[in-house]
Amino acid sequence: MTTRMLGEKVQRVEDDRLLRGQGRYVDDLAQGALEVAVLRSPHAHARIVEIDVDPVLDVDGVVAVWTYDDLTGPMAEPLPLLIPHPALTHGRTQHALAKDEVNHVGEAIAFVVAEDRYVAEDAVSRIRVTYEPLPAVVGVEAARSAEHLVHEDVPGNVAARLEQATGDADAAIAAAPHRLSLDLEVERSASTPLEGRGTVARWDPDAGRLTVWSSTQTSTGVRAAVATKLGLDLGQVDVITPDVGGGFGVKIVHPWPEEVLVPMAAMALGRPVKFTEDRREHFVSSAHERGQLQHVDVGFDDEGRLLGMSVQLWHDHGAYIPYGLIVPIITSTQALGPYKPEAYKVVFESLYTNTVIVTPYRGAGRPQGVFLMERTMDAIAAYLGRDRAEVRAANFIQPDEFPYDQRMTFQDGRPLVYDSGDYPQLLDKLKALVGWDDFESVRQEARREGRRVGIGLACYVEGTGVGPYEGAHINVETTGKVKVAIGLTSQGQGHRTAFAQIVADELGVPFEDVEVTSGDTRRMGYAVGTFASRAAVMSGSAVALAARQVKAKALRIAADALEAAEEDLEIVDGHVQVRGAPASRLALGTVAVLSNPLRYAFDEASKLATQFTVGNPDKPPVEEDDEPGLEGRDFYSPERSTFAAGMHAVVVETDPDTAEVKILRYAVVHDCGTLVNPMIVEGQIHGGVAQGVGGALYERMAYDESGQLLNASFMDFLMPYVTEVPERIEVDHLETPSPLNPLGIKGAGEAGVIPSAALFASAIEDAEGIPIRRMPISPSELYDLRRKAAENAGSVENAGSVESARSEPVETKESR
Amino acid sequence: MTETRYDVRLHVNGTVHDVQVPARRLLSDALRHDVGLTGTHVGCEHGVCGACTVLMDGRPVRSCLVLAVSAVDAEITTVEGLADADGSLGPVQQAFKECHGLQCGFCTPGFLTTITAGLEENPSPTPEEAREMVAGNLCRCTGYQNIVASVLRAAELRGGDA
Repeated sequence: MTTRMLGEKVQRVEDDRLLRGQGRYVDDLAQGALEVAVLRSPHAHARIVEIDVDPVLDVDGVVAVWTYDDLTGPMAEPLPLLIPHPALTHGRTQHALAKDEVNHVGEAIAFVVAEDRYVAEDAVSRIRVTYEPLPAVVGVEAARSAEHLVHEDVPGNVAARLEQATGDADAAIAAAPHRLSLDLEVERSASTPLEGRGTVARWDPDAGRLTVWSSTQTSTGVRAAVATKLGLDLGQVDVITPDVGGGFGVKIVHPWPEEVLVPMAAMALGRPVKFTEDRREHFVSSAHERGQLQHVDVGFDDEGRLLGMSVQLWHDHGAYIPYGLIVPIITSTQALGPYKPEAYKVVFESLYTNTVIVTPYRGAGRPQGVFLMERTMDAIAAYLGRDRAEVRAANFIQPDEFPYDQRMTFQDGRPLVYDSGDYPQLLDKLKALVGWDDFESVRQEARREGRRVGIGLACYVEGTGVGPYEGAHINVETTGKVKVAIGLTSQGQGHRTAFAQIVADELGVPFEDVEVTSGDTRRMGYAVGTFASRAAVMSGSAVALAARQVKAKALRIAADALEAAEEDLEIVDGHVQVRGAPASRLALGTVAVLSNPLRYAFDEASKLATQFTVGNPDKPPVEEDDEPGLEGRDFYSPERSTFAAGMHAVVVETDPDTAEVKILRYAVVHDCGTLVNPMIVEGQIHGGVAQGVGGALYERMAYDESGQLLNASFMDFLMPYVTEVPERIEVDHLETPSPLNPLGIKGAGEAGVIPSAALFASAIEDAEGIPIRRMPISPSELYDLRRKAAENAGSVENAGSVESARSEPVETKESR
Repeated sequence: MTETRYDVRLHVNGTVHDVQVPARRLLSDALRHDVGLTGTHVGCEHGVCGACTVLMDGRPVRSCLVLAVSAVDAEITTVEGLADADGSLGPVQQAFKECHGLQCGFCTPGFLTTITAGLEENPSPTPEEAREMVAGNLCRCTGYQNIVASVLRAAELRGGDA
């Protein structure tokens, strides 16, 4: 029997090319193409009075310039609102090039095409724009106060207000034995993949076809957008996603202005055109995420059980809202985590600000949701003087309660029903892994050495594998090679390896014979995209289903040829054979030959399938319900998402003088159902944790009050280097397979980053004895908190308020 | 206004390339777009991320901070020049493959060149020294743990004590 590949740490087939410098990222393509530079707004909010492009025309090497006035037809309309929602009453999206007004620093105003990027940038610097500056709305507070409006016709800067509730939370809180309120804040961060956005387009006037290469997370989405904007049939547009240098969410949104402007220019100019975003452009024109203000009211019993919880969220979605309400809906619903409050109410307002748009970034609203819930759990534990893990355990959904209906509507418009899981076991594993119950002795030991340490934990549940569907096409070549096409894209997740593992198992072929192509609309035109931890669940399932089709067909054809019953046949190592009798076996490549009745022989092998060799003369060569070729195509479309879960713990040491936070230990327990390739899953966790560390301790988008992003470079936006991340991440897996898909897979891509803000807040609070209500936290902010806490020490008149809910009195903290 | 171009002879991976470039052309752009070696990637263009790192006379430099015209006399090694003479993956490349030291692969060429130079200088790094060796390069995918493991594995493959 062929060795089972599913669940094995198989080395990646992607790596050889990438390690040799032979990857093909979008800027590597179409050498010699015309290149683009974009004039971007220097103002956060301004009216455009006049644009003078005349000086540009003197620049040698400039080919063309576009401003809004040059756009026609659908190109002159606003970009699409991708995910409409009934509550999104005031949805506004940008134009491909700004029309009359700019609403954030970095918004595209003019589009210059030149012989190379240097010349294009020279030209951009010569465009003269007269602006009439308007007051900028920056930050949630300014948006809420609505002293100034981002869009004149959007009252209160509110795009949407959405409330969901189960039970009567307010009454439950009022009647509860204990109550707490918390005000919380999470700042903005961003995906910041090492490769920015980029698009290349080539128009072939002879064939009437447009080919677009884009660094995207959804090639089918870009294809539909480009076709619509340029008035082409879908069938005239091919979108190919080459190697992508990281995505993390920012490349889901489409079309970015340049994704339609580049093809437009390529068609107009009859030459290939390329746009490659630079780093500063990425900071000011590609999406951010995370920024929210939160208010929690909670009522609980003596065990810390949630009797009623009421949450208000103010979500900063930036200048436009192309991706709808996905992020705040996810925060609202996934805040529930592994818990079951008796009554829950959440209301959010999604607010316009004069800043870069907000769309999902790895975690997609969950980090904020987990932050509010886990901060609440810690506050309850502190209030009751109970162990933080114990309070969480008291609120867990139990293993025998699945499927568990949270009685909310999830981001896909479907009921929030958890399919499977075992949260008590996850917590037990985490406590054992990190030594939770023994931590007091660690703390005492450190204290004796004059060191201050703390431990934190955070739990999350993540809806993964959202629909609507993904598909796979599998074709067995006459050589026996197996060609697999999936429609969604890859940004480093090792799809070519993981999906080949699934096909090798399902079809019974050597792993080396399977070749997977992703994100090419020529090979698979129906697909959604790679985000929301959905690729393994969705495409993995589709690949398995398609492989099963191919297998069934292979057995049917081979049964004829081998004169055996189908049910007696098996496929082993790429050959169909009678079970237990490998002597009379048929290579899958030969089955592929036989599957395609031929008039003409084109090689030795194909002679087997010609008309004087095979076939029953009394039957059609291809049966009525059949097709030629050894191929299978299938789609996986689940009724709802599958819910992965995990819990992280961290031990930190805080410097008594500098307030720097050092990570001493980091532990992860994780349940993503069936593991396809544990090496890849652990890699995803490592990367997610590093991003989480960045989000919790270092990264933020530092806007000033006029809407200038002050840290729009890698010098100033502090992405972690190796020196900032844990040296080792201790990982333990639990596998509770999903009942919703053929392999029992749950998603894993985002998990690592989800609990970080909550986790570090928990650990720093534990180390310092000061409530942490706002993340990320820098050493200077922690230092300020210490100073304020010291000033307040002794004043206890605020007992009963949130501030009294610290784990230990400030005096004790200071004595450490 | 026409920009003056200069004849520049670049020595890259043992091969001579004659290119004509304006004085302001970055070495990273010249390598990628004039020489056609696109394995060197540009992640920030301000010398922070390290993705564009190449070796000049064996020393790692950020090719986005070097003008092509100033690289004439140097022997340049890019990621394309790191394979063994027989075409198989070089030790650092092989180690990255074994240790899952890359995901999207965009930052990888800069790590490979940096580590190649680092191991020349220190063939048997401790784990702490391995971390130090890659501490100037950004990666957004891997969380670095497997990159550090790759450094140690590469040292083993090179026969560290040699």
